[in-house]
Amino acid sequence: MFPYLPHTVEERNVLMERIGIKSVDELFTDIPESILLKEELNLNRPYSELEIKRICKELSNLNANVDDYTCFMGAGYYDHYIPSVIDHMLLRSEFYTAYTPYQAERSQGYLQAIFEYQTMICELTGMDVSNASMYDGASATAEAGFMCVNSKKKRNTVLIAATVAPEVQKVVKTYFEMAELNLVVVGMQNGLVDMADLDGKLTEDVAGVICQYPNFFGNIEDLKAVGEKAHANGSMLVLNADPIALGLLESPKALGADITVGDGQGLGNPMSFGGPTFGFFAAKEEFVRSMPGRIVGQTVDHDGNRGYVLTLQAREQHIRRQKATSNICSNQALNALTALIYLSVVGKKGLRQVAEQSCNKAHYLAERIAKVPGFKVHFAAPFFKEFVVETDKCVEAVLKALLDNHILGGYALGKDYPEMQNCFMVAVTEKRTKEEIDKFIQVLEGVK
Amino acid sequence: MREKKQLIFEMSIPGRTAFSLPEDDFTGMQASSCLDAGLLRTEEPNLPEVSEVDVVRHFTGLSNRNFGVDTGFYPLGSCTMKYNPKVNEDVSRYPGFALSHPFQPEELSQGNLKLLFEMDKALSEITGMDRFTMQPAAGAHGELTGLMIIKAYHLHNGDAERNEVIVPDSAHGTNPASAAVIGYKIVEIPSGENGLVDIAELKKVVGPKTAALMLTNPNTLGLFETEILEMAEIVHDAGGLLYYDGANTNAIMGKARPGDMGFDVQHINLHKTFATPHGGGGPGSGPVGVKAKLVPFLPAPVIEQVEGENRYFMDYDRPLSIGKVKACYGNFTVVVKAYAYILAMGAKGLRLSSEDAVLNANYLKEILKEYFELPHDRICKHEFVLSGMKQKKLGASTLDMAKRLIDYKYHPPTIYFPLIVKEAIMIEPTETESKETLDAFAETMIKIAKEVEENPETVTNAPLTTVVGRLDEVTAARTPILKWKPEA
Repeated sequence: MFPYLPHTVEERNVLMERIGIKSVDELFTDIPESILLKEELNLNRPYSELEIKRICKELSNLNANVDDYTCFMGAGYYDHYIPSVIDHMLLRSEFYTAYTPYQAERSQGYLQAIFEYQTMICELTGMDVSNASMYDGASATAEAGFMCVNSKKKRNTVLIAATVAPEVQKVVKTYFEMAELNLVVVGMQNGLVDMADLDGKLTEDVAGVICQYPNFFGNIEDLKAVGEKAHANGSMLVLNADPIALGLLESPKALGADITVGDGQGLGNPMSFGGPTFGFFAAKEEFVRSMPGRIVGQTVDHDGNRGYVLTLQAREQHIRRQKATSNICSNQALNALTALIYLSVVGKKGLRQVAEQSCNKAHYLAERIAKVPGFKVHFAAPFFKEFVVETDKCVEAVLKALLDNHILGGYALGKDYPEMQNCFMVAVTEKRTKEEIDKFIQVLEGVK
Repeated sequence: MREKKQLIFEMSIPGRTAFSLPEDDFTGMQASSCLDAGLLRTEEPNLPEVSEVDVVRHFTGLSNRNFGVDTGFYPLGSCTMKYNPKVNEDVSRYPGFALSHPFQPEELSQGNLKLLFEMDKALSEITGMDRFTMQPAAGAHGELTGLMIIKAYHLHNGDAERNEVIVPDSAHGTNPASAAVIGYKIVEIPSGENGLVDIAELKKVVGPKTAALMLTNPNTLGLFETEILEMAEIVHDAGGLLYYDGANTNAIMGKARPGDMGFDVQHINLHKTFATPHGGGGPGSGPVGVKAKLVPFLPAPVIEQVEGENRYFMDYDRPLSIGKVKACYGNFTVVVKAYAYILAMGAKGLRLSSEDAVLNANYLKEILKEYFELPHDRICKHEFVLSGMKQKKLGASTLDMAKRLIDYKYHPPTIYFPLIVKEAIMIEPTETESKETLDAFAETMIKIAKEVEENPETVTNAPLTTVVGRLDEVTAARTPILKWKPEA
C-alpha cells in the first residue's frame, strides 16, 4: 500500500513472532495510556505519486518565478546563471542521501569535496581558513560577531553598519539580544557607513565591526579605512561579502578583514524562496581554534595514502557540549558542494566574466535609467551590480507597471529605510540581455 | 581497494574552461571604466581551469567514493536515515518553488505561503502543538530558537533569575551547546539504572532558577520516558518550561504526541522524521512548534491565512517576537520535500512508519542481544544501544567493528553515543528497510562478533576494502592542513 514501507502483513507477523509478541501494540505499552492516541491523526489521506505532483504543480503555478519573470530584484538573492552540470552532479545520490562524513574512510568523496570548497572560499576571500559552511550569510554574520566577542576578552560590544542588509541585521540583533551582548548600529551617510559616527562609537568595549561588501545598496564602502579604524581600536573587522563580487573587487584580506562571511546563494544555488542557501565563514589563521562549524583537514592513512577527515572537532558540540564554539551540527553541505561545482565550472576566468558582466550591465542600466525623466541614481558612491533609483513617481506604481510586463523590477526601500520612500533598488546580473534592459527602460518611460 | 584521487586544483590546465557566457555586445562598458582601479582585485583567486568533462568525471568520481542511503543500509542511530523519496526531489525543483525570489510580491507567492501554512497545521497536528515556524535551518538551530522563545517568555513575565537549563546525561551535545549560546547554565542530571531520567535527581535540581528541562522522548537509548507526565508536572509546578528535542519523533508518529506529554516547545528534524535527504551534512530543516502561550514569541514573519479566504500573508506585526534566526523563511525547498512526504503518507502512513520503525528495531535487538551486550534488555522504540564491551575484552573495540562493517558494505551505526554507555553502538534501522536487509545485517554483525573471537586482526585492521585505510586523525588535528596550496 505504501511504496516506502516494504513490510507485508505476513512479514510483520514473522518479525513479531521472532520478538515474541502478537501485536505491535505490545511494543508501545511503555507509553502512558492517557496519552496513547486512540484515533488516527487528522491529516490528509495518502496520495499517490501522480497526485502529489499535481498538488505541488498547482501550488508552484501560483507563484512567480525568475524564468517567467525577468529578474531585476536583488537585496541579497540574485538571478545568476546556474550551469546545467551542477544539478546533474547534485542528483548523484551518494552525495545527497549521505549523512555527515563521520566514517571518513567511506566518505572520502564528500570530505575531499569539502576540502576543495574550503580552499576555494579561502582563494576568494584571501582568508587562511574556512569552515564547511553555516546556515546562511545572516547567521554566519551573527556567529562571526560572537567570535569577535570570544576572541577579545572583556569586550561585549559589536558594531554593525546600517548599510548591512536588513535581514542580516535582524538575525544578528536576535542572536546578540538573546546572548545579552551589545549590538550597536553605525549610521549611514550618502549610502555608505558614516565615518564620523563610526569614530564616535569605537569605544574600548567594541570587539568587532561588521560591514557588508558591497553593502546592501550595492555600494562599495571604504573598507580599508573602516578596517584601519577598527584595528587601531583593538577591534576585529568582519566583512559580509558577495562571493560573485570577489571575482572582480579587491579581496577582503587586502582590506584588512579578520573574518569574512557571506551568503553563497549566487554561487550556483537557485533562490528557492530564500533557502536553502549557505553561509561561508572564513578567517585568519590565528582564529582557527575559535571558529564555529565543521572543518575538514588533510591527513594520511597508515600506508601514507592521502585522505581527508573532519578535524579540530574539539571545538564542536558533540565533543565539547556547552563549551563548544557554536551549537551548529548539520550545516548546508549540499549547498556548499553546489558552490564548489559552480566555482569549478566557471573557474578563474569565468568568475571574472560573471562579475564583470554583472558590473557592466548594471552600470549600463543605471546610465539609461538616469536619462528617463523622473528617475535618477540616488547615491553617488561606486557600486558593483546593484544600485538605488530615486523617482518622483510613486514607487509602487513603477514596480507594478514593471510587474504587469512580467518584470520583477526591484526592491522597494521604504519599509526598511523610511527616509527612502521614493527609492527602489535594482540588481543586474550577467543573465540580463539588451532586450530585457530595453524593455525595462520602455516601461519606465511609460509610467505616469 | 586503495585508490588515489586528484584534487580539482591538481587537474587544472591554464586555458581550459567548463563555462560559456553570451558576449556582452551592447553595454560598451568595462570594469576599469565603471570603477576606480583601486577597488579592483589585483591578485586573481586561484580557481582551477578545467573542462566540463573534467568537472563531470571529478565529481562523479567523488560520488563513487561516498555512501548514501541509496547505496546501502545506513542504521545510524539518532539520525533516522530513512529512504528519501525521489518524487520529493522532483517537486522541490518546480520553478514556482526553486526559482521564486523571497522578496517577490506576496500576491505572486501564494503557493509558497499556502504550503508553509499547511505545514504549520500538519506538524501541529502530528506533534500536539499549536503553531509552528519553519524558519530554523536545522535541528540545533531549532533548539536555539526554542530556547530563545523560552528565554523571551520568562523575561516577559519578569522571571529574569531563571538562568538554568536541565538536561539528562544522555542528551545530544547540541542540547547543552544551544543553551550555552544564549547564556544558560547547564545542569546535568544522571540517568537512573534503568536508563531513564531519575525523578529524584530531577526534583533535586528543579526550582526557581529553572528555565527549562530539555528532553528527547524516546531518549537517546531508544527508551520511552514513561514518567514523562510526572516530570512535566514537576517542572511546570516550579514555573519552568519543557523543551522536546524532536530527533526521535520517528518512534511515536500517530502513537503519542509531545504536546500531550506536557512539552511546551519543540523542534522537528525534517531531514530525519520527514524523509528529506541529509545532503552529506545539510541542508536540513528544524521547524519549531509551540503551545499557545508561546506563540507571540515565534520568529517573524508568521504565515497567516486571511480570515475566510484562500489567501495567505506574512505577518510581521509581532511585537513580542524574538526576531529572526535566519534570513527569510527557512530552508524552503526542504520544507517542500517534507510536505510531499506527508502527502504521500497521510495519517495512516505516518503511524505505520513509526510502528514499523519500532518493530524493526526490536527485531534486530532480539537477534543481536545474543552476541553483544545489551545494557537495557526490554522493549525499545525506533533504536537501541548495544555495548561492544564483550568484544573489547577480546581485543576489538566498537570503532574496530564499525570499520569492519564498512568492508561488508554497510554504513556503521552511531558509535560512542550516548556517552552513558561504554563502547556504545546505537542502531536505528528505520521503517524503510525490508526483512531481508535486517536479516543480512544481523548475520554480518554476528559474523564480525565471530571474527573478533577467532581472528581479531581482520577487525582491528579494518577497513580493508575502502579507497583509503584508517586515517591519522591525531596528526590532522595537531598540524592542520585545511586547504590546498600549490607546490612551491
